[in-house]
Amino acid sequence: MSKLNRNSNGYIFGYAIILTLVCGTLLAFVSEGLKDKQKAAILVEKQKFILKAGLGASSLDGLTGPQISELYDKVVKVETVNSAGESVEADEAKLSIFKEYKKPAAERVLPVYVVGKKDNPTEVESYVLPTYGNGLWDNVWAYVAIDGDVETIEGIVFDHKGETPGLGARITDAEIQGRFVGKKLDYKAESINAPDFQKGEGNNYDDQPQKVDGMSGATITGVGVNDMLDAYMNLYRPYLTSKKK
Amino acid sequence: MSTEVIEKVEVKKDNEALFSKKRKSLVSNPMDSDNPITIQVLGICSALAVTIALEGTLIMAFAVMFVIVMANVVISTLRNTIPNRIRIIVQLVVVATLVATVDQVLRAVAYEQSKALSVFVGLIITNCIVMGRLEAFALGNKPWDSMLDGFGNAIGYGWIIIAIAFVRELFGAGKLLGFQVLSKDWYVANGFFATPAAACIILGLIIWVLRARSGYVED
Repeated sequence: MSKLNRNSNGYIFGYAIILTLVCGTLLAFVSEGLKDKQKAAILVEKQKFILKAGLGASSLDGLTGPQISELYDKVVKVETVNSAGESVEADEAKLSIFKEYKKPAAERVLPVYVVGKKDNPTEVESYVLPTYGNGLWDNVWAYVAIDGDVETIEGIVFDHKGETPGLGARITDAEIQGRFVGKKLDYKAESINAPDFQKGEGNNYDDQPQKVDGMSGATITGVGVNDMLDAYMNLYRPYLTSKKK
Repeated sequence: MSTEVIEKVEVKKDNEALFSKKRKSLVSNPMDSDNPITIQVLGICSALAVTIALEGTLIMAFAVMFVIVMANVVISTLRNTIPNRIRIIVQLVVVATLVATVDQVLRAVAYEQSKALSVFVGLIITNCIVMGRLEAFALGNKPWDSMLDGFGNAIGYGWIIIAIAFVRELFGAGKLLGFQVLSKDWYVANGFFATPAAACIILGLIIWVLRARSGYVED
């Protein structure tokens, strides 16, 4: 080693190439080895969101990942529809609401998660509808659970990519999401009005099923959420109307 | 990050105890009198960004510890082979490999937390403490000493961010590790503590107290 000129170009090139190969190979192994686990983690998160919306925020307390997947398989039935409410053939596992969002509204394929009751999965507890839109800094999305009467919101789970912590990011708080529970969709002749976050916070809208107490300091996130819900409820409108008894 | 000074801790006697006084100080100094955050003011960005809740902060502290210790050991082991002209690049590649590994593992086993920490795990690569220790210590010292030095600095970094997270989660959400400790009946969560500005102020106070106690003055 002592005779080797460690500052010659050849040595430096050789060193760099070997180091790159070693590190690259190592990373490739790590990434390949963990791929399945990562995919499973992403899937469980989605199932968690759907069940939390469909069965209530506390329905999954104390359940582990595999138990959540088991419950999901038991109670959730997936349908895929187009914006005319017609059932279409599509592989839900490969369907990405994020990718569909970029298509024109009329061409989107929309998944609907029909959540059955915990003790009697054949009876419908709620329809969970994924939605996607824009917040203040980046995308926001939600799983909205509509009651069997296709009017009342039974639960909602929001998630976001980059809203401000403490302000817009509060949409992931259980307390904020709880504000939507019991609110109603308003069926108009040609459209649906979803409940909206109002300006200001701390107001009581208990007897107003179209209004939701807002988030102070997060007006733009709130408006983004409102727009998203309105847009998607209208996309799902034909499907929802077809389920009306 | 200082690149000029390489701290050579002369631990040359072959039969020196595994935990000699000098070696113990490698671990204990960075916790207090030579703390990377409060004295050297390194690694501030992540201290402000990831301290909103304790759980994520603990994971971040362990991630940083893994990276600093491993990078110190690897670089120290290779120190006599690394060509001086590309030493920074070599350090960067080693650190980046370790960080990417941590990121991948977190995504597999703690997906929610890895989402919450988002880019900040990846940004450990640019954490000045990591590169600072490699340049200033690992390049000139043996693996065992480098490992101790890594531990000391990681703990020095870790306890500060954990302290900040403790205050922020307690007052910002009334919770600790996700459990409600300040009852919602009488405590209204102070949203200010959820913002990075609060972290900056708490950090400032910690630096003030520690420096007042040790009498440290910036040159």
